[in-house]
Formats: sequence, structure tokens, C-alpha cells
Amino acid sequence: MLKFNGKSVLSGVAIGKIYIFKKQEYTLVRKTVADAEAEVVRFHDACEKAKAQLKKLYEKTKEEVGEDHAVIFEAHQMMLDDLDYVEAIEAMIRDEKVNAEYAVTMTGNSFADTFANMEDDYFKARSADVLDITKRVVNVLAGIKEAGIDSDEPVIIVADDLTPSETVQMDKSKILAFVTRFGSQNSHTAILARSMNLPSLINTDIELLDEFDGKLAVVDSFHDTLIVNPDEATLKEAEADLKRWRDELSALNELIGLDNVTTDGRKVNIYANIGSVEDVEKVLKNDAHGIGLFRSEFVYLESQDYPSEEAQFEAYKAVVEGMGGKKVIIRTLDIGADKQADYFHLDHEENPAMGLRAIRICLERMEVFKTQLRAIYRASAFGKCSIMFPMIISVWEIKKIKEIVEVVKEELIAEGHAIGEVELGIMIETPAAVMMSDELAKEVEFFSIGTNDLTQYTLAIDRQNECINRFYDSHHPAVLKMIQMTIDNGHKNGIWVGICGELASDLSLTETFMDMGIDELSVSPTYVLPLRKKVREI
Amino acid sequence: MSKFTYVVTDEVGIHARPAQLLVKKCTEYKSAITLTCNGKSADAKRIMGVMALGAKKGTTVEISIDGEDEAKAKAELEAYFKANF
Repeated sequence: MLKFNGKSVLSGVAIGKIYIFKKQEYTLVRKTVADAEAEVVRFHDACEKAKAQLKKLYEKTKEEVGEDHAVIFEAHQMMLDDLDYVEAIEAMIRDEKVNAEYAVTMTGNSFADTFANMEDDYFKARSADVLDITKRVVNVLAGIKEAGIDSDEPVIIVADDLTPSETVQMDKSKILAFVTRFGSQNSHTAILARSMNLPSLINTDIELLDEFDGKLAVVDSFHDTLIVNPDEATLKEAEADLKRWRDELSALNELIGLDNVTTDGRKVNIYANIGSVEDVEKVLKNDAHGIGLFRSEFVYLESQDYPSEEAQFEAYKAVVEGMGGKKVIIRTLDIGADKQADYFHLDHEENPAMGLRAIRICLERMEVFKTQLRAIYRASAFGKCSIMFPMIISVWEIKKIKEIVEVVKEELIAEGHAIGEVELGIMIETPAAVMMSDELAKEVEFFSIGTNDLTQYTLAIDRQNECINRFYDSHHPAVLKMIQMTIDNGHKNGIWVGICGELASDLSLTETFMDMGIDELSVSPTYVLPLRKKVREI
Repeated sequence: MSKFTYVVTDEVGIHARPAQLLVKKCTEYKSAITLTCNGKSADAKRIMGVMALGAKKGTTVEISIDGEDEAKAKAELEAYFKANF
């Protein structure tokens, strides 16, 4: 039995045979060529073929895994068009009269070194991209085909490191886990492992010896270990762990379709927080009964200028339609000096958390606000839509907002647009809003408590500031009392109250929130089922 | 020659994806466009050089543009930097 240590990128257990993934290496030889120009042409042809391969990979990945994972292959194509790279290779072929394989490898290595020597981890990881494209061109030149997984059963892939093109080309049904000697949490393999839910290790201290190939092994990424040839006791334990891990996953899946109800019959709505149109799929997969917080920032942050009404309408409509009649609560623009879109041209502020942000921008820049409201109201014709406004502190703000909403509705109707019934609510995330919650409740149809900001403003503690960690307490009684007060004042006025901040997914508080009378908890999609499990145990 | 400077405010700086888009954008112009920061310069039409600048949040980047469409390029690129980095 041999034990190796690595770093987990996704916790889980896998038991299976090891597949040593060795790159079919081209053995580099330096040759002198008689006709350098012909060699340059050979290099150009190889580049074109490599680019054609990348184009195919881009399409394949986009279809199988998604656009986000595919863009890297577009970047690779651009790198092969990079004149610094291409000219350096041509110059070397011409000056030294060497074969293209040699010139490409040498130039690629030196470019990769530039990245590897950079300070920032993100830029460092790009050296793998340079080596990937370099290898691709050399393989084309040398006529080497890329290797897939040659195995009948699913295996634990053990490799030095895997390039994006290697992982993408692997048959996903044959992979139990990834174990790499190198790599980083930001590497494509790590990202892919997480998106495919594969237990995986990086930076593992194993050597790629042929004798490991086909040997039984256990990946236990809960404990950051790879065990080769496990003894009977270890294997038994691993099988139990694997079963427990799978049971946990499937136990959660069995909760799909069930109510969020405690053993004594109290119910709560569990909704999901999302930040893009693509997240709807995760929401449905995890069986959330609605979207409790749709952060609309992405339409602003992904845009280079104020997003048009049409673009926003399309995005909101896609989500509202995708949820098929389930409630979608859209939070209006929550941008501030810390979360910037530059076209807003916000001035630099000494204290952005307390500056011109969120609803304050909307009330200062009426056109921006109206455009968003118009888009949301138009989307409301396609499903069940609610709006909530962030960073409210005063009753006059919500009164003003409602005036604007009325104008927007009238305009839309006059223009012949269909609009639906839209519930209006506010975020409770300032101590002022909590203290005013009795009055505010008379103006709106629901409250959603944003615990992140509420905690920061209540405790006067910036969570990003590590020096004051010991003073920070996410369960601080001051915050809990504020939540209770908000719920009580909401209920007194006949409106529902939810929590959409991080605290909503804190399972150690679920029972407290239920006792407080909370009506809705909104959490990231993956927390929906664990939270449902917790509620059903109370 | 036209010039402007820009301080990167994007959290991760000019990394792969934005570099990709910036290079695409710059190839739209006839003018020669050079990015300078951290004492290094790069041709803005060449992706690896742009990435190798390692422009992170807080880095000041100088963009110089030289050529027949430099006025147009300067105006558009200034807006582009503000919107993306």
C-alpha cells in the first residue's frame, strides 16, 4: 500500500484502476534544414491545421460543457496568430536553419517561461496555455495523434498535468477522478473537475511510473490522499466512505419534489439566489421553488455601456420564462463604488460602502432606473415576477420609487405592452430599514433581509478586513434581534419576510429562523437541498 | 502620435479573456498601438505580449497610438478601457 498526498479541488471519494496518462511525447531532435523557406511554409501549414483543430475543439466544448469553458480555445487560436510568437519561430528557422519542430519548441518554452516567472498566479497559469499550443503545432509537424483514454472501464486519471485540450478530448464517462502532479486551483482541469463533480487532487507527490498503471487505487479528496494498492481494511473503509458520499448526494436528490416542512408542520419557502441567466438550469435541477434574489448586476457589469431596455428585457424574460410560472424576484441595480461599471463614471469615494450605490444611483439617475423597470415590467408578462429594491433607509425612497413605477406602467400600457402583476418589496440591509420596518411594511408587499450588508452596517465591521476577524460574529445577537424585529413588523402588517443573505444557508441557524417565523430563505442553488433536509429534520 | 493613460480597476486585471477581446478590438485599427506598463511595452495587436504585461488592478497602462486613424482609435479605446478594465 502506498500513500500519496495532494490538494483537493473537489471533495469526494473514487475507487478504481489507475490510468497513467502520459503524453505521447515527441522526442525533440535538432536538425539542420537545407531549405529554410520550405521549412517556414511547413510551419505555417502546421499552424493552420492546429487552428482548425482548435476551432473544432471550441465547438465541441461549447456544445458539451458550455461557452465559458470553450473560450480558451478561441484564445489559443489567437495565440497562434500572435506575430511575436510566429515571427520568433520564423526567425529561428531562417537564422539557424533548424527544423520547425525545434524552433517551435524552443520559442514556445521561452514564451512559457515568461509567464511562469510572473508573480500573479493567474498569469502564471497561462504558461500552460503557451505550452499547449506549442505542443499542438509540434504534434501536427511530427504527425503525432492526440491520445484519449484507452480503457474499457472508468479510471482514475493520473497525469503530470492536463492541458485544456487533453481534458476536453477525454471521454467523460471513463473518468472517475483526476490526480495531477502539478496544476493549480485555477487550472482548467480543476475547473472542469468541479463542474463535473469529480473528486480530484492536484499537486500530488506521485511519480508517473508504469507500474502504477492498472493498479487499484483510492482517491479520498476529503483527506487529500491517493492510496495505491490499498490493503483490505483501507479498501473497506474507502468503500464505506464512497457509499456515504454517494448516499449523501442521492439522499439530497431524493428530497427533490418534497415540501420544505418541519416535523411539526411548519413550512418555509426555499428559493435560490442567481446572478445570470445560465443559473436557471441549476435552480431547476436543485428543485428550488422560486428565485429569491436575481442579482441584475451582470447585465451592467458585462456590458460596455448602459445596457439597453431590449437587452435587459431579453435577459429577464429568459429567466422568468425558464422558471415556468415560479416566482422570480429581481433585485434592481446594486452597483456602487466597489462594484463598478466604468461607464457609470462614479467618482472615487473614500467610503464606498456608505456612498452612492444601489437605489441611491437609481434615484439620482432616473433614466437608468426607468430603463430597468421598463424591462422588468415587460418581462413580467411572461411569468411570475417580483421586484425588490436594495439599500433602502427611508420611507420617502419607497414612496418615490412607487411613483416612478406607476409612470413606467402607464407608459408601457399606453405603448401597447403587456405587463403582469408585480409584487414590490425591499431589501432590509441597513439598521435604518430595520428600525423603520413597521412604517416601511405599510408601503411594500415583502421584505428580504440582506444579512451580509446588515451585519456589516450593524457591527461596523468590514468582513474583508482580516485584522478585525476576532470582533466579527456572524451570529451576533444584535443581528439576530434585527432579523426578529423585521419579521415581527412585517407580519404585523401582513407581509411576508425572507432572508437572501449568506446567513440563510447557515444550517446552524435554520431552526432559529423557523422559530422566528421566517417565510422564505433564499440560498445558492447547491444549498437548496441541504437546507430542505435540515428543515425536514426540525 | 496620440497617447492616454489608464489605471486598471478590474479585479483580475488584463488577463486572458479581456486580453483576447482587447487584441481583437485593436486589430480593427490601422494605427500601430503600443501598451506600456511596469516598464514593459507590448504591441496591442499581439495577445501574448499583452498578457505578459501582467497588468493587474492598480497598474497604470500607457496606450500610445500612431497612424492615420489614431484620433478615432484613441477616442474609442479610451471608452473601451473604461468599460472593460
